[in-house]
Amino acid sequence: MLQVNVYRYNPETDSAPYMQEFQVDTKGRDLMVLDVLHLIKEQDNAFAYRRSCREGVCGSDGMNMNGKNGLACVTALSEVVEDGKLIVRPLPGLPVIRDLVVDMSLFYKQYERIQPYLLNDTPAPAIERLQSPEERDKLDGLYECILCACCSTSCPSFWWNPDKFVGPSGLLQAYRFLADSRDTATRERLAQLDDPFSVFRCRGIMNCVNACPKGLNPTRAIGHIRDMLLHNAT
Amino acid sequence: MVTNITNFGRSGLSDWLMQRASAVVLALYTLYMVGFFLTTSHLDYATWSGLFQGTGMRIFSLLALISLAAHAWIGLWTVSTDYIKPTGIRLGFQVVVILAMFAYLVWGVQVLWGA
Repeated sequence: MLQVNVYRYNPETDSAPYMQEFQVDTKGRDLMVLDVLHLIKEQDNAFAYRRSCREGVCGSDGMNMNGKNGLACVTALSEVVEDGKLIVRPLPGLPVIRDLVVDMSLFYKQYERIQPYLLNDTPAPAIERLQSPEERDKLDGLYECILCACCSTSCPSFWWNPDKFVGPSGLLQAYRFLADSRDTATRERLAQLDDPFSVFRCRGIMNCVNACPKGLNPTRAIGHIRDMLLHNAT
Repeated sequence: MVTNITNFGRSGLSDWLMQRASAVVLALYTLYMVGFFLTTSHLDYATWSGLFQGTGMRIFSLLALISLAAHAWIGLWTVSTDYIKPTGIRLGFQVVVILAMFAYLVWGVQVLWGA
């Protein structure tokens, strides 16, 4: 039996959040954490969490498992369970709607702020804007982000200033469009980031790199943005 | 673009660069002073006073003092915007920090060029 403690909060009935203990029979299998949550839901169908593709592509089931953010669907029990115990909490720093479901509005607002789409003021070509293989290579390690929020919600700077600091996820995407050869708004994009909060609230502690379930490196992208700002302004 | 009026250089980039440049100056000054203490066997008032008689040492010391003031302003401003949420208390803290840095700077100049 696996002892699982989950964060419970239903604003309609609970005055405060609490931790609830469940005993889950894994039948000795090395299940994914998401499978364990399903088994808990069989015991208590009021238990709420987000999930969709269950294979690490959609980014719906980001949560905090034994103190580390990750996707429940691709995190095996053998990776996180210590002393036969598993503690599951919602992503830290965001308002809880119910149980493991958090309000991601601020996270999406920061994503929207960096204009996550190509801006190009040149006339559109007949078919498509071509890139050389080298130009395309620059987007590797950037475009793979699935916006699960595991990185931004593991970042203390984002916890303290989620309304001003773009956060690792948004900044990885900001650099994805700064680095794209088909985007012509580089100067405008940089001008939006040159304040003490948007980029520079990053202190380089690399919690984001540690948390990212896709193995991406937002800290490196933030360093590139800083280099571009420096190159532009000196 | 997030607006801000009490940080050191009005821009995140200039604050960041100033923080790093001042850190280098402070590191060099610290190394120099540690080296001085290690290589001076007998330290008395005359040696100590003599060290600060040269214009070069005074410029170096003033540079270190200005670097310290800028470094502390940027760093403590950042700390205050992270941890102090009520605007009145945050602004009050920032004003106290800036005034203290200014006072220490003037006092430092007086010490270096005084009697």
